[in-house]
Amino acid sequence: MDEVLLRTLTPTVIGILGRRGADFAAAEDAVQDALVEAVRMWPDEPPQDPKGWLVTVAWRKFLDATRADTSRQRREVRTEGEPMPGAGELADDTLELYFLCAHPSLTPASAVALTLRAVGGLTTRQIAQAYLVPEATMAQRISRAKRTVSGVRLNQPGDVATVLRVLYLVFNEGYSGDVDLAAEAIRLTRQLAAMINHEEVAGLLALMLLHHARRPARTGPGGRLVPLAEQDRSRWNTSMIAEGVDVLQTALARDRLGEFQAQAAIAALHADARTVEETDWVQIVEWYDELVRLTGSPVARLNRAVAVGEADGPRAGLAALAELDPALPRHAAAAAYLHERDGDPVTAARLYAEAARAAPNLPERDHLTRQAARLNAQLRS
Amino acid sequence: MAKYLLLKHYRGAPTPVNDVPMDQWTPEEISAHVQFMQDWAARLEGTGEFVDGQALSPEGTFVRYDGEGRPPVTDGPFAETKDLIAGWMVIDVETYERALELASELSAAPGAGGKPIHEWLEVRPFMTEPPTITE
Repeated sequence: MDEVLLRTLTPTVIGILGRRGADFAAAEDAVQDALVEAVRMWPDEPPQDPKGWLVTVAWRKFLDATRADTSRQRREVRTEGEPMPGAGELADDTLELYFLCAHPSLTPASAVALTLRAVGGLTTRQIAQAYLVPEATMAQRISRAKRTVSGVRLNQPGDVATVLRVLYLVFNEGYSGDVDLAAEAIRLTRQLAAMINHEEVAGLLALMLLHHARRPARTGPGGRLVPLAEQDRSRWNTSMIAEGVDVLQTALARDRLGEFQAQAAIAALHADARTVEETDWVQIVEWYDELVRLTGSPVARLNRAVAVGEADGPRAGLAALAELDPALPRHAAAAAYLHERDGDPVTAARLYAEAARAAPNLPERDHLTRQAARLNAQLRS
Repeated sequence: MAKYLLLKHYRGAPTPVNDVPMDQWTPEEISAHVQFMQDWAARLEGTGEFVDGQALSPEGTFVRYDGEGRPPVTDGPFAETKDLIAGWMVIDVETYERALELASELSAAPGAGGKPIHEWLEVRPFMTEPPTITE
């Protein structure tokens, strides 16, 4: 069964039901029911016309739900004989869904869940598995989110920035389960980039591609974290890098810089270096300067300090780090790295151990503990 | 089947036999330990006895209600808290003996010098649903 095709069709079918008079919440529920049925039936009986099948089944689910819902007023529903909307209209429907599901009135977690279901075509169970919560909890989160946006008219122009934040979250904070959320985020961002011409959409797509390209090299045996400097660069996906660089260059040519383009530019400079020694740190620092200017983000400042350490030496990096709040996440890890390069393994080992205690996840904690252990072993011998 | 919580402590458990802080191990010993834990959980999934496993940060804060309309009161984190949970495994097994056996296996995870840590783990039975038939 072509699950990606099924997912791709989801927003289109929601749009078609909407054009036939179903409101968003009811249309989305009906399509979700149809998806669950498709997952069950398609492997044995693949339909001739997948979209037609989904529309028919979803529409029947919608009618059943509407008829069953006797407590509500009878809805006025238009008949089935109406012509299918054209391709352009369907793209508009899909675009509106992106905006609706990432509506600013939603919390980030709700927007992520709703986007994955209505735009991404994932089932509630898959989303729940991905975010390690019970299915009932995820179902509740989604239906609350739908209530929140129920008053929003589908044809209001949305805010691209909120959509991008949601897609970024899907890419960056995906956990587990049988769905590759990073790949799903790329698919959704690619689809969005095909519908609207916006430099930051392109910037985010480039950023995702450039980072996803490194994935095969990013973990070692047993899920061990391999830092950028130690990655086997021959395992990076070169065609994905080429696409990312291409998308980024087109975006940058429009001369409307944004944070995702700046981040993608940094990733592109890393991708461009065949060995870690070839890395153009001076340019990377310049891009971090842009990123800090654009966002003022303390995380960007921290990463900039590390880059300064590479470009101008560890003392300069430590001086840049000294201007930042020591309570920042990964501050101790950055300081440990710079102190080691500055020839002070005692301080570095202590800071690595401190960073390990503050690490927000196990692979990072194990990595930092291993760094402390490596230095302590050197100091003993 | 009965569920048991296997609790691992940062502090509060009796001192293990092989008590060396992890940053004093060799990197290879750390890798061996991590691999052991992953293999153990994978094996329990294979036997149908694994329910859940989570690790916790050492930072913790006490919180309490302070009256209507008032923000919560927080206290800590305390550097010297006697008991500090590091993480847990939940297992679903046939017998109490099996729970002890599994906890003991987990306690044999390799540490410094590649030797078992002999770490003390706390085994706590879950409260169950009341039975339908009682007489």
